Amino acid sequence: MSTETKEKLRYERPMIRKMNAGLMNKFGTRTEYQPTSHIDTVPVKRIIEQYGSPCFVISERTIRKTYQSALRAFKTRYPKVQFAWSYKTNYLDAVCKVFHQEGAWAEVVSGFEYEKAIRNGVPGNKILFNGPDKTIAELKQAIENESTIHIDHFDELYDLIEIVETSKKKAKVAIRVNMDVGVYPLWDRFGFNYESYQAWNAITKIMNCEKMELVGLHTHIGTFMLTAGAYGIAASKLCDLAMNIKAKWNKSIQYIDMGGGFASTNTLRGSYLPGNDISPSFDDYAEVITSTILNYGFKQEDLPLLMLESGRALIDDAGYLVGSVLANKRLADGRRATIMDFGVNILFTAFWYEHKISPAQEFTHHSEDMVVYGPLCMNIDKVRESVNLPLLNRGDHVVVHKVGAYNMTQWMQFIAMRPNVVMIDMKGEVHLIRKNETIETLTDLESIPAHLNAFKL
Amino acid sequence: MKILTNIAVSESGYLFNPTNGDSFSSNLVATDIITLMKQNKTSDEIKKALQAKYDVEKSTIERDYDEFIQELGDNYLLSTDGK
Repeated sequence: MSTETKEKLRYERPMIRKMNAGLMNKFGTRTEYQPTSHIDTVPVKRIIEQYGSPCFVISERTIRKTYQSALRAFKTRYPKVQFAWSYKTNYLDAVCKVFHQEGAWAEVVSGFEYEKAIRNGVPGNKILFNGPDKTIAELKQAIENESTIHIDHFDELYDLIEIVETSKKKAKVAIRVNMDVGVYPLWDRFGFNYESYQAWNAITKIMNCEKMELVGLHTHIGTFMLTAGAYGIAASKLCDLAMNIKAKWNKSIQYIDMGGGFASTNTLRGSYLPGNDISPSFDDYAEVITSTILNYGFKQEDLPLLMLESGRALIDDAGYLVGSVLANKRLADGRRATIMDFGVNILFTAFWYEHKISPAQEFTHHSEDMVVYGPLCMNIDKVRESVNLPLLNRGDHVVVHKVGAYNMTQWMQFIAMRPNVVMIDMKGEVHLIRKNETIETLTDLESIPAHLNAFKL
Repeated sequence: MKILTNIAVSESGYLFNPTNGDSFSSNLVATDIITLMKQNKTSDEIKKALQAKYDVEKSTIERDYDEFIQELGDNYLLSTDGK
């Protein structure tokens, strides 16, 4: 940079745009009016100077705020509510611990996630063990720790029946139930089907096993559910099962677990309207679920605890990805292309969302339609197919919004290493919560057969 | 390359091509380049002027200038007899 910076004007690459009367887009063309120069009072520039570019940034304040607002939406409508943090959505320990401090239990879907929850200090009896893949050893550990096992299929149920025969402790179990809630395609690959009485058969087998205690009924009807009403249908079917269990065995179900799938305010690819306008709020989901359960006819003492495993909607807003412009180019068809230093390798959700991207520095009112590419030498590495952004110079910084869910778990070590992740705490202090990978991160896991060591070129 | 002599450019960056009726909006740097081109400045003179006015590396100007000239040509704003 020149030393005469202060006396000179900020440069913006030259552009002209042809004016076309009568061809206005009714939704407008421009979405960015303010740069995102700070995240929770911390300058983006400082984060990049200290932690490199790209870098994921998590806002502790936003996590707590979102969690509290979700909890409020349900607790003001229903007396007994418990959230369990969905580890697969973001299992960085620091993130999990914020949720646990707020009171969330852990919801895990593998032995690895189970271990993480235990290491994070979550008591075994506050872990919900979901998913189709649980080894015999993991099931035994879960029984020993008094965790609730959410049974996914009959093979697992038979495994458990065999395990508890020799176990000193009773197994606390729930079943996952899949069902028709009017949203297609049906999510029927997990759990036992409601309509075909598969779920009832599973319940009967559990109730007939003395060393298993059926404590809950669980469903998870889909992901990014834009119809809150579907949860009402799901809740009523779980209530029906609970009522029938009470009628047949005089057994009260301790909890009904409505799973997750609440949409965040991200905009899905191909969606005509932005996510902010169409995603239901926590209140919308809460109203449907709680009114269904409350009106179903449970006696006051039998009213089940309402368990929720929302992940995406609780963490998406708290995650940012800060990055930089590597290059600008013009494609053969005349479109502008901007190449960023982050791609689908670390921003997996670019396959699903039209992520909002904001410049991190001042810009003029001029803007341009462009394709935003990542840095990978792969054709699939496209962050935004078409977006109207202010003119970006090489080296400029940008902020990608709402990236807290799934990116820091589904990211790939592909072509480039995974970057630093930092968390901004409630006081505005920045903490490194996951160190960037280096070449040793990979090569330490590899070994080379001796005969391959030497070669001449 | 020379810009068409009859192109009108305002201080705010509004461009009008009376030959075909096309109008354009341009940003500050583009307006500067077009204004200097209309004054028959050479490409080297224009680049130097930009470097003096803006906080920018020479290599960036080189690249952006060439691309911008291409863009002017794509929009029929360059004189075909000019070199």
